Amino acid sequence: MTRVLLIGAAVVLTAIMVVVPLVYIFVQALSAGWGAYVSNILDPGTLHAIWLTTLVAVIVVPVTVAFGIAASWLLSKFTFRGRGLLITMIELPFSISPIIAGICYLLLYGRQGYLGGWLAQNDITILFALPGILMVTMFVTTPFVVREVLPLMQAQGSDQEQAAVTLGAGGWQVFRRVTLPNIRWALLYGAVLTTARAVGEFGGVAVVSGSIRGKTNTLPLQVELLFNDLNVVGAFAAATVLTLIALVVLVAKTVLERRAGRH
Amino acid sequence: MTIEIAQMTRSFGKTAVLRGIDLTVADGELVALLGPSGSGKTTLLKIIAGLDWPDAGRLTVDGADWLKLDPQDRRIGFVFQNYALFPHMTVRDNIAFGLTVRPKGQRPGRAEIRRRVDELLGFLQIGALGDRHPAQLSGGQRQRVALGRALAIEPTVLLLDEPFGALDAAVRRDLRQWLRGVHDATGTTTIFVTHDQEEAFELADRVVVMDQGRIVQTGDAATIHDSPATPFVADFMGASIQLPVTVQGGRLAAPGLDAGHLPARLPDGPARLFVRPEDLTPVPDPGGPWTVASVSNTGAHLRLVLSDAAGTEIPADLRRRSPRAAQIAPGMRVNLRPEHASVFPAETA
Repeated sequence: MTRVLLIGAAVVLTAIMVVVPLVYIFVQALSAGWGAYVSNILDPGTLHAIWLTTLVAVIVVPVTVAFGIAASWLLSKFTFRGRGLLITMIELPFSISPIIAGICYLLLYGRQGYLGGWLAQNDITILFALPGILMVTMFVTTPFVVREVLPLMQAQGSDQEQAAVTLGAGGWQVFRRVTLPNIRWALLYGAVLTTARAVGEFGGVAVVSGSIRGKTNTLPLQVELLFNDLNVVGAFAAATVLTLIALVVLVAKTVLERRAGRH
Repeated sequence: MTIEIAQMTRSFGKTAVLRGIDLTVADGELVALLGPSGSGKTTLLKIIAGLDWPDAGRLTVDGADWLKLDPQDRRIGFVFQNYALFPHMTVRDNIAFGLTVRPKGQRPGRAEIRRRVDELLGFLQIGALGDRHPAQLSGGQRQRVALGRALAIEPTVLLLDEPFGALDAAVRRDLRQWLRGVHDATGTTTIFVTHDQEEAFELADRVVVMDQGRIVQTGDAATIHDSPATPFVADFMGASIQLPVTVQGGRLAAPGLDAGHLPARLPDGPARLFVRPEDLTPVPDPGGPWTVASVSNTGAHLRLVLSDAAGTEIPADLRRRSPRAAQIAPGMRVNLRPEHASVFPAETA
């Protein structure tokens, strides 16, 4: 009886908190018909937001993945002074609200910031432009790959790499033929999580991008902007794009979890 | 290949792991490094392989300075304790790895690699397993694949770290014989690390006993077993019973001890006697200081626990069918007669 109650409660709560809102997004987006939906998606501002978000993901994910591999390798194969501190630093973005990162960047790189004057003299634009968005997104997504890959590398130790070395393999061969295949599922899983976070990031980006319509508005910012414009259909149409990306990520994540579990 | 190691030291932080190692291994020899964990034997093996570096000392192989050589260029066959097979590759690809990573000019052709892998699979008696992955193999099979992977590069020296440590007893005995066969067939200079004296003695031409970063004795099975060089070796070789004795005029004496027949080449004074439980015979004597506290039967042996008035307990093993065993009963007073023992001065720790 208790079990039935618990399961029932879980189902009802999930429905109220997750399923209904998700369905409602699509209902609202299509409330004015398919024509309105398509024209809202094709609105230049929304199209540009989709493009910008994609661009951010395409740049941030490879960088974070490369950083994640390098950091995990360093942290798992070597012991050195400050190793624990470095791990804490890498995991810091998990516990810090992204908006704090955004404000820090504003204080550093803003016109009144510590580096603002120098940047302006040298004609370097970071804030309210693509570089700022990229930097905040990277800050937020840094821990995801390390979180997945580091424990695996630590568990595997370096015996396989050492074996490869005694067999005559050079550094790059060891990495490509032994290290990388061993972490590939964890790495992909981390990359998927990174993508989801990079696409959906709101708070930090909102601070540093300045939300310039058709210029520095990413998709989540565009949704908010349209909503504030009282363009409900437009906001929900843009939201469906985000939702679809999220669903694709969710499927990829589930598939990868199964594969990783098998290996 | 002749391996020469001289005055080698290695520390990890404040812990000295190797404290001056001198060792020569002759071409084609099969040598065991025997010692408890922490004795430095694995570190020595890794230094020879180029996976670790000494703080000081020399390592030459056939006259060439190997400390100037990267591990990739030493052509070492190294078999890891847990095999370290590549889990994402088939057995065939594992064995071929060392050949496929060679630079283009030296790499054998695809057909040639295949032929050599086939040959090794046959030689190692795992011909049917070529397309499996390591996860699908038993421990003994993995061990064979690990050895095959090491042999594929036609190594100058074969190094094995606790090669049978993770296997059960029957498989272990089997593989030991087989590895001896592999060594005799290839003639490769081989060094293996073990903490199991039986394994060392059965397999190796020569056994090197290590303790706390030093080589304490080198020799064949009989020498090390019968004439341990230090108290540590005696204890490690199973002479686990220590009895305080007095040396007087080249004779050993202690209350309740019948040791007059043992040689004692020590100056007069206190000494320690190291005896194996199976070398200790209890001799019934109503005035003896030792009491048979318990007797347990293991089938082939009677395992006795003897105790004295001070509460010291020592074990003794008797063959159950020996005439002596028939006389023994719990509660009986006995004297001790060590049939074979080693004596060391009392002050050596």
